[in-house]
Amino acid sequence: MAATTTEVPPGTRQAADTADSTDNAPLTFAKALNTALADEMAADSTVVMFGEDVGPLGGVFRITDSLTARFGAERCFDTPLAESGIVGMAVGMAMNGLRPVVEMQFDAFAYPAFEQIVSHVAKMPNRTKARIKLPMVIRIPYAGGIGGVEHHCDSSESYYAHTPGLTVVAPATVADAYSLLREAIRLDDPVIFLEPKKLYWTKERVDLAGLRRAADDAAQTGRSAAGGIGTAAVARPGTDATLIAYGPSVSTALAAAAAAEVEGRSLEVIDLRSIVPYDDATVDASVRRTGRAVVIAEAPGFASVASEIAARVSERCFHSLAAPVRRVTGFDVPYPAPKLEHWFLPGVDRILDAVDELQWDEPGDGADVLAGDSLAGGTAAVDTGSEGHL
Amino acid sequence: MTISTPRHTGFPPSPGFAADTGLLPSPVPVRLIDADGAEHSDERYPLPSGDSLLDAYARLVAGRRVNDQANALVRQGRLAVYPSSHGQEACQVAAAAVLQARDWLFPTYRDSVAVMSRGVDPLQVLTLLRGDWHSGYDPYEHRVAPQATPLATQLLHAVGVAHAAKLKGEDTVVLALCGDGATSEGDFHEALNFAAVFHVPVVFFVQNNEYAISVPLRSQTVAPSLAHKAVGYGMPGERVDGNDVAALLAVLGAAVRRAREGGGPSLVEAHTYRMQPHTNADDATRYRTADEVQRWEPLDPLLRIRTFLRSSGLLDDAAEAGLAADAETVATAMRDGLNADVEPEPMALFEHVYSRRTPQLAEQAELLRSELERDAAAVEPDTRDTGATR
Repeated sequence: MAATTTEVPPGTRQAADTADSTDNAPLTFAKALNTALADEMAADSTVVMFGEDVGPLGGVFRITDSLTARFGAERCFDTPLAESGIVGMAVGMAMNGLRPVVEMQFDAFAYPAFEQIVSHVAKMPNRTKARIKLPMVIRIPYAGGIGGVEHHCDSSESYYAHTPGLTVVAPATVADAYSLLREAIRLDDPVIFLEPKKLYWTKERVDLAGLRRAADDAAQTGRSAAGGIGTAAVARPGTDATLIAYGPSVSTALAAAAAAEVEGRSLEVIDLRSIVPYDDATVDASVRRTGRAVVIAEAPGFASVASEIAARVSERCFHSLAAPVRRVTGFDVPYPAPKLEHWFLPGVDRILDAVDELQWDEPGDGADVLAGDSLAGGTAAVDTGSEGHL
Repeated sequence: MTISTPRHTGFPPSPGFAADTGLLPSPVPVRLIDADGAEHSDERYPLPSGDSLLDAYARLVAGRRVNDQANALVRQGRLAVYPSSHGQEACQVAAAAVLQARDWLFPTYRDSVAVMSRGVDPLQVLTLLRGDWHSGYDPYEHRVAPQATPLATQLLHAVGVAHAAKLKGEDTVVLALCGDGATSEGDFHEALNFAAVFHVPVVFFVQNNEYAISVPLRSQTVAPSLAHKAVGYGMPGERVDGNDVAALLAVLGAAVRRAREGGGPSLVEAHTYRMQPHTNADDATRYRTADEVQRWEPLDPLLRIRTFLRSSGLLDDAAEAGLAADAETVATAMRDGLNADVEPEPMALFEHVYSRRTPQLAEQAELLRSELERDAAAVEPDTRDTGATR
């Protein structure tokens, strides 16, 4: 591309510039995303970044900070204020050999682009029998907990997860913010990349050099890095119950697990990392071991990703379950005003209350909870190792 | 309504294209051959060469035959539906004729003849309407995007392809088709605005055929003309007689040249008429009179250029017979191809959703595979009718 500060022939890859990396330095979630964008843009000259205010301003959350200065206004540029236009143009650019990364300024601002996302981004590869691939990433600052005004804090993951053809990623750690974004940009499929806004300013010490090497190695081999998109992580091991969370809810689940430990309960926390593909194997293995599961998500629970997970766990791990799978989610109300969001968001106490209701009594003791249509009582916490065999 | 043509001296000049009126379209549609087949001179647009007009006439004859054959195939149940471009064939063939091999065409569902005129096998074009798959051709082979069904969404993809071409330094022009109804959509606005702001080589070509299914143009817009909409985006607009293939070749050709030479996007509105219903599912007598349709019959795009070519000595009986035979060959191939029963492969449902099949899709593919095996076993001879036990 002409007139950029990095003159690299289109389609070539270079190892990430590690000159500015400081190993094991504390890094914010936002800076990790920014570094991932910069590293992938440096490595692959076909990666272009655009959206509203992503140029000289660096995005309202500064995720694209310095990219225009470093890569030129042709590689990172501001667009007119039009979300459908941004996504629709990205479709055409991906059709013509580029890897666009676009920013939807806030979750609820992405809805004008919804038709482009569900009717075209998700379907174009399938309708053309994969002759057209759409290697594009739609980055969405996402979910609540920051006291945002109306339309700035929606949890929109269910819309995207319900749409076949979309890969839906929601990192919860600084390391994942870096690694999953780099992998998302390299993926040949379109990715909805959900960035939990409340995590932008969290800081962790990460081995950035190691993460960079892993990302470069994965790019060289064309394979996913170990534990990449489609692989859930055990964020905290435990034995008594499994908390299943993703994105902004992982930290809440971890806080709940820490509180439960004080009460003598060992809770395992699974961080899904990607919602689509969904890692049944890691979730199932955990639930079969612990026999109890609570799904935690900020989004309203009705017809949600949390509902899907609860249903899957119930179907697949039924004979290992000591209690019905519980969901702790946002209420089925529009995202509330800042002074009310505290009551809306699933908090530690609400999670612990749900855990308390997972039929901890010995079989036979809890006649009340075994009444009705729960069939779980007699097989509490027994992992037979093969579903369907009692 | 009287259309004034003030000079917008504050705007940059647009050489070779509507230069005498600034950005505003000509007050009446550009016409180079009158309804009676006589040459109608226009100082800005010279009459295309005899060869190119003969070539266009050949495409028109084939296109009309394709429209008639496809309608017949709908009546025979071989096509689920066919949105005919009968009466609009001049727009269709001109859209394809003005492009070079490296250029892109972005068609709608009504533009099958334009796609065929670009060289795509008619059977592959009709896959969408036959019901085998959503797009039956390779978009890259002839640089024709999949036919778009939602209105105006493809205009943004066209802008993206053009933008990528510009960034990569490719000498490519993109011609994007839409109808009059599509100009009311948000994506029409966003596409024109993006194209103008990024100054990319796109020609937006509106086929104004007076109706969006049943809604007449007067209920769609009160703009002086659809071409006038271009002015608001800072690009030139032009109106052309959509049943005059010579004028279409001249005006679209000038717009493509302008785009290729770095002049940026433009909007061309063709005034034509949809002689047949929206599709076979439509009852056009509910919203327009027979008188109105009959008024357009003498303006038929084939008649006009045929009269001109015959009177100019460029076309004789022998040549006409040859063209008719060629068109019949196309129609026969279409008929034979569509009369052959083709059963799509059910397992293809899962093939192209993601580059890497998700675990969930792998499970579902396995389910369908087992159902297919069971069905295959169930239709083995005599096992059902005789009630024979196995």
